[in-house]
Amino acid sequence: MSEQPGNYSAAGEVAQVRQRRTLGENLVRGLKSAPPTALIGMLVITVYILVAIFAPLLAPYGEAEVFDQQFLPWSDDHVFGTDKIGYDVLSRLIYGARNTIGLAVATTLLAFVIGGGLGLAAAINRNTWLDQVLSRAVDVLMAIPSLIFALVLLSIFGASWLNLIIIIGVLDSTRVFRLTRAVSLNVVVMDFVEAATLRGEKLGYVMRREILPNIMPPLVAEFGLRFCFVFLSIAALSFLGVGIQPPNADWGTMVRETAGLIQFAEYDLTAALTPMLPASAIALLTIAVNFVVDWFLHKTSGLRDEV
Amino acid sequence: MGHDTGGGSGRGDVLLDMKNVTIDGYSDDRWHPIIKGVDLTLRRGEVMGLIGESGAGKSTLGLAAMGFARPGCKITGGTITFDGLELTELTIAELRRLRGARIAYVAQSAAASFNPAHRLISQTIEATVRHSIRPEEEARDDATRLYKDLQLPNPDTIGERYPHQVSGGQLQRVMTAMAMSARPDLIIFDEPTTALDVTTQVEVLAAMRAVVEQFDTAAIYITHDLAVVAQMADVIKVLRYGETVEEADTRKMLSAPEEEYTQSLWAVRSIEKPEKAAPDAILRMDGISASYGGGIKVLDDVSIAVPRGRTVAVVGESGSGKSTAARVITGLLPPSSGTVEFDGSALPRAMKQRNVEQLRRIQMIYQMADTAMNPRHTVRDIIGRPLEFYFGMSTAAVDARVVELLGLIELNESFIDRLPSELSGGQKQRICIARALAAEPDMIICDEVTSALDQIVQKGILELLLRLQEELGISYMFITHDIATVRAISDEIVVMYQGQVVEQGAKTDILNPPYPDYTKLLLSSVPEMDPDWLSTLLEDRRSEASE
Repeated sequence: MSEQPGNYSAAGEVAQVRQRRTLGENLVRGLKSAPPTALIGMLVITVYILVAIFAPLLAPYGEAEVFDQQFLPWSDDHVFGTDKIGYDVLSRLIYGARNTIGLAVATTLLAFVIGGGLGLAAAINRNTWLDQVLSRAVDVLMAIPSLIFALVLLSIFGASWLNLIIIIGVLDSTRVFRLTRAVSLNVVVMDFVEAATLRGEKLGYVMRREILPNIMPPLVAEFGLRFCFVFLSIAALSFLGVGIQPPNADWGTMVRETAGLIQFAEYDLTAALTPMLPASAIALLTIAVNFVVDWFLHKTSGLRDEV
Repeated sequence: MGHDTGGGSGRGDVLLDMKNVTIDGYSDDRWHPIIKGVDLTLRRGEVMGLIGESGAGKSTLGLAAMGFARPGCKITGGTITFDGLELTELTIAELRRLRGARIAYVAQSAAASFNPAHRLISQTIEATVRHSIRPEEEARDDATRLYKDLQLPNPDTIGERYPHQVSGGQLQRVMTAMAMSARPDLIIFDEPTTALDVTTQVEVLAAMRAVVEQFDTAAIYITHDLAVVAQMADVIKVLRYGETVEEADTRKMLSAPEEEYTQSLWAVRSIEKPEKAAPDAILRMDGISASYGGGIKVLDDVSIAVPRGRTVAVVGESGSGKSTAARVITGLLPPSSGTVEFDGSALPRAMKQRNVEQLRRIQMIYQMADTAMNPRHTVRDIIGRPLEFYFGMSTAAVDARVVELLGLIELNESFIDRLPSELSGGQKQRICIARALAAEPDMIICDEVTSALDQIVQKGILELLLRLQEELGISYMFITHDIATVRAISDEIVVMYQGQVVEQGAKTDILNPPYPDYTKLLLSSVPEMDPDWLSTLLEDRRSEASE
């Protein structure tokens, strides 16, 4: 008896109409059953997104507005003071959300389009030359430490927005490729894929309609995690000076530019806290995304046990 | 219906006494009763058969005899007394001392139950050693003796192998040795032979019966096959929806079952198909040889003809090449030599060289309906896709035709929006049949389509297939290892063994003597509704061997 006890009965053979829930009902049910950590995570992410969208309305000053006095302490005019050029720190923090998050989302999407597409193609054509070429190329790329590789490439091609997205996206797509290929391999061997192939379906249909819906849960979870890593990579690259270029605001650069203030902690505690603000903004978002991803992973793996 | 075993063997005192046991299972956010007040009494040395279709609660009840409820289940009432101990009141630690030592369990899938990283013998004696019943050296010697009793090949050395190095039937016998190692008072066999071929099943049954008798162990034998349980059990208990239907001595149960439901448990055996003469062949495989990756020949010079509008049953044990033959016909595995001719013209060898029309005319139905349907597609997507793909129907036309097809397979239109997970096993297989029908094929290959289903459900599916053949004139190639199914559905039979066709002919010719050796072995291994069948069979085989 491989059936789960209870949810199968021979009576079901006759008639068993179970109403399927609508999307809205599912959403409410999901939210109700979510643990507090996931709810906090979702709340934080929502706030970040709102801040990013409405940055021009929320920020007291413009992104590149320079004031005469540098390194002003915290005050009513400049809530978190100004930095070494004379930018208002609070405004830069708010605009930073927009730049950093936007860049990270675009990069992660690119990584998924490339890695996911090629991973699926490799899984369907497993053990063919296509699979071999793609997998070995990915091995080569993964063998080089990605941050240093990105640093080198950005130094060569210049740190424009587009270059940043393409380079980090391509480097990160290797991980997505590996994951997609691995989870697809479990689905590709199923009879329904064979049935579709026997019907004469084209590769695109098999990828999109037969396999993709079945590997979505691990991919969505990976999307959340990958987003965090991309986010940290961008922050790290900006900190190193090859990321987002001034006058565009970015949290990584802000940490670098105000890091020196920490040594003044004994004179003015608020000055020392200034570099902590963008750093905490990064940390908080990363933790929030992870909370949500953890819950999602738990939920989908639980579902797998039930089916 | 009392718990009195009705003239039971009286071989000893009551060992296990379950009274009014109720067990609940959790699903859909609430608790449902699975076992609704069942009584069960087992005496020392007695073997009880628990029988019923899936969902009847057999396994749940069997596990409850160990004081165990699966995750998501809980024992909510009644008493379970094992040799004077009230299991429902014992602590986990106390239960643990009993399990594996005094009560042992033999699971259905031996392959999934062994740890692939440890040698067989260390797994066989693990419980015995851990419970300090015997020191390791002694337990090892004893295990070797058990292997010999269970007629395993090379009993002295087989224990040093790993699970993947022995066959399924051997593994199931090692598992019996594992259960027997601690000399328990009670063994629970949970469908131990369901996953085995008939020819292997005979050996395993004989071995298990011999050791149970030898050590006078009490046993609960869970199965859905009445013919199998008849060979093992002194008493049979029929369960349905978590309640006892009837309980009686094996002989009495077989000769005069009181309840109609009990008779329906061997429903498939009641289908009779009048054999029809073969017209011309719609499909002809000629001298096909094939291998996977250029290795050993899985098919060796196989020729099979499928007559138009008739059913050919391809029988044989696992590894005989029957499914490979299907893969060659569909073009998934291009043969290394030979030709496949369909409706008068040769089919290209590989699937990729065939055109859509050729693909459409041969459809396939799989054994596991679960994996044959995309779990994320609704019934509309599943049945509708071939319509859209082959006939380019509009959405509205697809919907109308899907409802029509649902009617054809005896389901109503309320099923159209369901996902596979919202269907029962029989319904799933019906949807797969509808998907094949949607392509309006001339021939359908059915690969073990009923072997994962209960008898009653099997009967429904087989009757449906017969009716469809009657109405639509489709030819079937029916791959199976179950002779009862073959009797029920086929016009012609092909017997395969180790990649070769042993014989092909009309049903009556094949099923009646004289037989080639292998056909005889295969046919005689099918359990019959006769408690003496196994003994007689073993007797016959022994006397033949000595001749």
